[in-house]
Amino acid sequence: MPKHLISIHDFSKEEILKTLQKAAEFEENYRQPLFTDKVIATIFFEPSTRTRLSFETASNRLGARVIGFSDSDNTSVKKGETLKDTIKMVSNYADLIIMRHPLEGSARYASEISDVPVINAGDGSNQHPTQTLLDLYSILKTQGTLENLNISVVGDLKYGRTVHSLIYAMSHFNPTFNFISPEELRLTDEYRDFMYDNNIKFTENQLLKENIENADIVYMTRVQRERFTDALEYEKVKNCYSLDISMLANCKENMKILHPLPRVNEIAQNVDNSKHAYYFEQAENGVYARMAIISNLLTAQ
Amino acid sequence: MEKQLKVSAIKDGTVLDHIPANQLFRVIDILGLNNSCNQITFGTNLESKLLGKKAIIKISDKYFEDADINRIALIAPQAKINIIHDFEVVEKRVISIPAKIKGIAKCMNPACITNHQPVETLFYTKTEGENFKLKCHYCEKVTEKTNLKIISNS
Repeated sequence: MPKHLISIHDFSKEEILKTLQKAAEFEENYRQPLFTDKVIATIFFEPSTRTRLSFETASNRLGARVIGFSDSDNTSVKKGETLKDTIKMVSNYADLIIMRHPLEGSARYASEISDVPVINAGDGSNQHPTQTLLDLYSILKTQGTLENLNISVVGDLKYGRTVHSLIYAMSHFNPTFNFISPEELRLTDEYRDFMYDNNIKFTENQLLKENIENADIVYMTRVQRERFTDALEYEKVKNCYSLDISMLANCKENMKILHPLPRVNEIAQNVDNSKHAYYFEQAENGVYARMAIISNLLTAQ
Repeated sequence: MEKQLKVSAIKDGTVLDHIPANQLFRVIDILGLNNSCNQITFGTNLESKLLGKKAIIKISDKYFEDADINRIALIAPQAKINIIHDFEVVEKRVISIPAKIKGIAKCMNPACITNHQPVETLFYTKTEGENFKLKCHYCEKVTEKTNLKIISNS
């Protein structure tokens, strides 16, 4: 049976650390055409910029050939082909499948059908494990450790899958979380219960400005208008969760700002040149993390 | 006065007793009895100290695997299973909620793949006393007992 990467829940602490170690090796030397005889399929049933490009960059750096589609409009999906049939066919063509699909659980299902490894590049609002691994890699790289960090998470905590996966993944490393969000986008009970059960320290606040001074990491997410039942409520809070350079005066020296991107207005442009801004490097780290993951799965075959 | 059974005895087979009256047809559905060739008698809305109204099903010459019988645990956890040989109860079995449930239940997450493509549902059960939750193998979301919907076999 091939191994797959479907959910961050499938990862132990040791496996996370091993993958990050491997990512560091690829960053040191990214010209490693180890898989010139392999074909990698990137099948994206939903649009994406960063994820697809960084997966394809990672595949190309590893010497593999890339096939695939970035939009299901021009495929047989439009004719009513089931996911099962699409995966069966692609797994006969390629040595590895990287898939993004709008339905939750689609990646797990694909991994049960496919004869070759499947990497989940996002299944609806469920999981996006390579994003989590690159987030962790960015934290490790900037802080030198994953242990005992203060992490402020800002924005849409209710629907943001990167936030949920980050909580699970960081739970191995004794973090202290500070969650900052409007009332309507607070973390759901499921994650609060998880943290109680695992003795993870956390606080919840509604104010951004006052709550980043102790942070080692400030993890920003987008507050989307369509998440609000009350449009007026959105107008009231939208600017409260935007980070501006003036807010960074008293923050810790080592503090770094992460954001899964795309950013809209939750981080002001004037933050970009600050030494605390790290979101573009974070996106670059995605290539190394993905090289590590691809190479692990292709080697295990 | 002579005691009379509301649902007549069977010589050999399985008796499912203490089924909540309103779950009778779901139990029949889940066990696939509507496609069975065996002789089946059942009664419903019978008096029960335990349940108020109960249902009972007697199936001649049919014996279930544990895995099959546990499929009804979600809707009739208090059901009693009696194995009958020559009109005598030779074995009593208790129902337990299985760790995994394949099919039967529907995932309550509207965006779950199982609600859009022909994928059989699979859940991991988490019991808390009388209550249980089902965690979807695919979308990883939890379906609470109160939101449980049973998939019909027919």
